[in-house]
Amino acid sequence: MQANGAEVGGVENQYLTFMLADEEYGVDILTVQELRGWEKTTPIPNTLSYVRGVINLRGIVVPIVDLRDRFGMENKEYNSTTVVIIVKVQGRNKERVVGIVVDAVSEVYTISKEDLRPAPDMEGAISGDFIKDLATIDDKMVILLDINRLINEGVLAESSSANAEQAPEG
Amino acid sequence: MSVDLDQFKGIFFEESFENLEAMESGLLELSEGEVDLETVNTIFRGAHSIKGGGAAFGYVLVSSFTHVMEELLDQMRNGKREADTISVNILLESVDVIKGMLEAYQEDEEPDEERALKLKTQLEEIRDSADGAPPAAPEAAEAVEADSGEREEELIGWEISFIPHDDLLQTGNDPSFLIRELAELGEMTLETDVSRVPVFALFNPEHCYVSWQIKLDGAVEKEQISEIFEWVEDECDLEIKPVYKEVERRADDRRSDERRTDDRRSADKSVDRRQSSRRGGGKQKAAPAATIRVSTERIDEIIDMVGELVITQSMLSQLGEDLNLTGLDRLREGLEQLERNSRELQEGIMGIRMQPISFAFNRFPRMVHDVSQKLGKQIRLETKGEETEMDKTVMEKINDPLVHLVRNSIDHGLELPEERIAAGKPEEGVVSLTAYHQGGSIVVEISDDGRGLNRDKIAGKAVERGLITEPDLLSDEQVFRLLFEPGFSTADVVSDLSGRGVGLDVVRRNIESLGGSVDISSRLGEGSTFTIRLPLTLAVLDGQLMRIDSQVFVLPLSSIVESLQMRPEFISAVGAKTELYSLRDEYIPIVRFSDAFNIGEHRENLESALLVVVEWGNKHIGLLVDELLGQQQVVIKSLETNFKRVPGISGATILGDGTVSLILDISGVMEMSGMNNAPGVMNRASKKESRAV
Repeated sequence: MQANGAEVGGVENQYLTFMLADEEYGVDILTVQELRGWEKTTPIPNTLSYVRGVINLRGIVVPIVDLRDRFGMENKEYNSTTVVIIVKVQGRNKERVVGIVVDAVSEVYTISKEDLRPAPDMEGAISGDFIKDLATIDDKMVILLDINRLINEGVLAESSSANAEQAPEG
Repeated sequence: MSVDLDQFKGIFFEESFENLEAMESGLLELSEGEVDLETVNTIFRGAHSIKGGGAAFGYVLVSSFTHVMEELLDQMRNGKREADTISVNILLESVDVIKGMLEAYQEDEEPDEERALKLKTQLEEIRDSADGAPPAAPEAAEAVEADSGEREEELIGWEISFIPHDDLLQTGNDPSFLIRELAELGEMTLETDVSRVPVFALFNPEHCYVSWQIKLDGAVEKEQISEIFEWVEDECDLEIKPVYKEVERRADDRRSDERRTDDRRSADKSVDRRQSSRRGGGKQKAAPAATIRVSTERIDEIIDMVGELVITQSMLSQLGEDLNLTGLDRLREGLEQLERNSRELQEGIMGIRMQPISFAFNRFPRMVHDVSQKLGKQIRLETKGEETEMDKTVMEKINDPLVHLVRNSIDHGLELPEERIAAGKPEEGVVSLTAYHQGGSIVVEISDDGRGLNRDKIAGKAVERGLITEPDLLSDEQVFRLLFEPGFSTADVVSDLSGRGVGLDVVRRNIESLGGSVDISSRLGEGSTFTIRLPLTLAVLDGQLMRIDSQVFVLPLSSIVESLQMRPEFISAVGAKTELYSLRDEYIPIVRFSDAFNIGEHRENLESALLVVVEWGNKHIGLLVDELLGQQQVVIKSLETNFKRVPGISGATILGDGTVSLILDISGVMEMSGMNNAPGVMNRASKKESRAV
């Protein structure tokens, strides 16, 4: 089902999917720069807990975000299958490189537009705004994330830094 | 055989902006009544090269505009015209217009043609009024030629005697180009004089022995001819004589007018074509490459250093070939040399980026001139320490905050002349800009002798806005700092408070994003001073590595006053949270990273713990650290590139082992630990701020 769709062109995209607590999530593969194993980070003081710190990616300082933590899931110990997906997101006026920690990388799917379903309105740690679409592949639901929005608004936004400043007091 | 001119365009723009700056400061000198031939010449030269470059790149609007300006300046140069206020002001405005046009061209946009043409007409009126002719409608003005005395006769051609000097070729000029260009103006007959060509043995291929007598037919304007020879004027004997025929002149006028419009039209077309081809290129509209002018002396120094580095390298590699214990001393020596070399080289290269702050200060005379006229205030601008050098990137970024603060001083700080006299001050207000180095930072002070800040009013306003609760607890300085709070940037506050506070929070944010800080001091009725403190460079820093808990941080070496092992008898507690260390005759607050950064454990027993005393502004604090590691130079990487600003951290760096280490921002740490603020009071303000965002 993936193969013939590509020739139609335009109406479908490729997604890299990964696992978080037995659920499958996907990001547009064009935003993915590379995959890395987990490595020790330098923690940044006074930031929210899901920002695990920064690493040196060939001379560039890249922040690492734990998605489990961001989505309010139970933390899992990092092991050999823990993967850091380095993504490039479009910020307000520049491109940012950010690493996201996931349990494991799963598949690359080609999904056509017709197979996408809009996400229902949700509240909570993972707001509906951060979910672009839902897709069903082999009877399984895959949650396609709007990674630009998630990083810009859900991780780097000013409001989250304000929370961070107040957190130690309360 | 089209040459890609784009690469030269950047240089042209850069040079033109420099020229415009020079012209501006020259004109300002003139406006102060110092008519000095050298100044006029400087302005003229600036206009002249902009004209030349503009024409070369097809910016007809620029070159034709500058041309008129140049003529006006020429009149001044020849003493035919006084540098009166009207012409100086219009020339200043012209500088702005040219700048506007160039900026538009640089961005590949259409310049404001209407404004330019309007001003050009004004310029032409002024220019022509010197010829004795009354300022007339633009059409008529255009027709009036330089040789006003002979306008009864019809011009039928020119006789040009062009005798190049021997060294004409060495200046990079080629007579054949000039002649070819002349040929485009009209029918031309050429007599070549080769009598000066020597016998072959004496022939110097780099000399020009040939001269020409040229007859050019057609009603060409003298300017057009002299323009062609403009660049070789000093390298040849040139004589241009008109040939006349006695008839009415009207027909000719019309013709030349027609040709002018034709010229303009075709020029417009070529501009259009170029732009559309650019647009076709899509996104590749290259950002103008930033360039720096460097003295060759500096480059030579660097080349010398590289030479030494190469020598050291070859010495070390020789040692490496047959390494044994006997070579150990020489190896150590070589490594020391290598370290010295690379440091010198680095300093040399960093030096390239350093520019005197006069580049930033230079724009202010003009601004003060303009604003003082507008506001009816008499203002004198004083600058001190213009030669103080700072990093080019830092300078570019503090430009706006500086402009803001100077405007602020002029607008709101200084009083009107009557008020000043009533207050017993000299009529003329003084705004002074001072720059100097202090430790690893550069300090820029903007001060005025105006009315100063009214503490009570500010405090009252702050209470009203809920920024503070008990103003009496705050020092004057702390009250003035409230002006930098976002809550103070609204207009209604401004008018009440003699205007201070317009967007000052933006100024502060800009400066802080550079790792700097800004402070105010003021005395009511005597004036105010804004002090900006900035790091010297944004690229490299001498750092002291230190361990806090398990993490290594970098502290700017220049901010460290001393490090010491604490002795319990000198520690005293003030309240539950604050501890002071008595160092000689000073009490220094102790900052625990366990509190400020939430790392490590709160250490109860401070005995023999390490305290690093650091300085920012005029304040000292002591940082409690676990271990001092080595000192090294670190390359600063911004955290904001991929993340965001973190309070108390000015950036990150990569250590020798590849791990990332964070660089502490002393002013930020001070702020976090409440040193800059009254405890408990300002915290409310900062909370407000974050909520407002």
